[in-house]
Amino acid sequence: MVGRSSDGKLVRRPLSPHLQVYKPQITTVLSILHRISGVALAAGTLFLVCWLAAGASGPAWFETVQGFAGTILGQLLLFGWTVALFYHLFSGLRHLAWDMGLGFEKAQYTASGWAVVITTTAASLLAWIIGYAVR
Amino acid sequence: MANETLHIDIMRSQLGRARGLGAAKSGLHHWWMQRLTAVALVPLTLWFIYSVLVLQGATHAALIAWMGNPFHLVLLLALIVATFHHVQLGLQSVLEDYIHTETCRLASVLVMKGLAALLALTGVVSALKLGL
Ligand code: HEM
Repeated sequence: MVGRSSDGKLVRRPLSPHLQVYKPQITTVLSILHRISGVALAAGTLFLVCWLAAGASGPAWFETVQGFAGTILGQLLLFGWTVALFYHLFSGLRHLAWDMGLGFEKAQYTASGWAVVITTTAASLLAWIIGYAVR
Repeated sequence: MANETLHIDIMRSQLGRARGLGAAKSGLHHWWMQRLTAVALVPLTLWFIYSVLVLQGATHAALIAWMGNPFHLVLLLALIVATFHHVQLGLQSVLEDYIHTETCRLASVLVMKGLAALLALTGVVSALKLGL
């Protein structure tokens, strides 16, 4: 790889090792999870739109979609959607803080990373406990 | 190594260099809109999760009654618009990162944007039909 040094001269630099050589770290794992959760949520919008369109098409359609949401598969998908949404939300807030220049020290981004893991777990469990309690 | 002449392939035309126009035109707008919709989605999403908890297992009549409240309808429409705007920008970055042939990349981005627009419109029309 040819690059420029700070005085503008061309120098040869080593290539960084391939991604698979690295041991997974909290920073790298959370980074790719933000992308995966975003794509999963994009797929989840299909269900939201089906739910609304079924509602607009009348009671029979709506009962079908509500019925599916109540099955084991439906509940598992909805739980996955809850986790993806809370993860993407908290991780997104971490991204927005970085965009403002905050939290770039090693100790800070390690701590904020674990904070995202903990808040995601807590919020997802809490939402489902409340959901089952009020049913 | 010592006698070897190093060079860089300049990925930019001389005309582009002379005009001084970089990528910071629509690229910055893309970045900014992704952030703006993200900020809007924080409160909207929290409200949406609360609403899903309220509406779980609801009957059709209960759904219509809930949608009849203009505040619910407006927030739901805002959520749909912000979400699909955000999703369409986000998926564009993902596709552009992984698809390396020009034609495939352009085609997949256009198809994805078309689908996102159709889904958003379906959501908006359904919500309006339920709520009005
Ligand atoms: C709840 C509030 C949300 C916040 C705070 C948020 C925040 C963000 C941010 C900051 C990015 C840019 C990440 C980057 O540049 O690497 C992003 C990307 C993305 N978001 Fe969101 N988002 C939210 C909700 C959503 C929702 C509801 C969806 C889908 C239905 C979604 C789908 C995506 C996708 C697909 C990407 C692209 C991922 C990538 O480029 O790696 N987001 N989000």
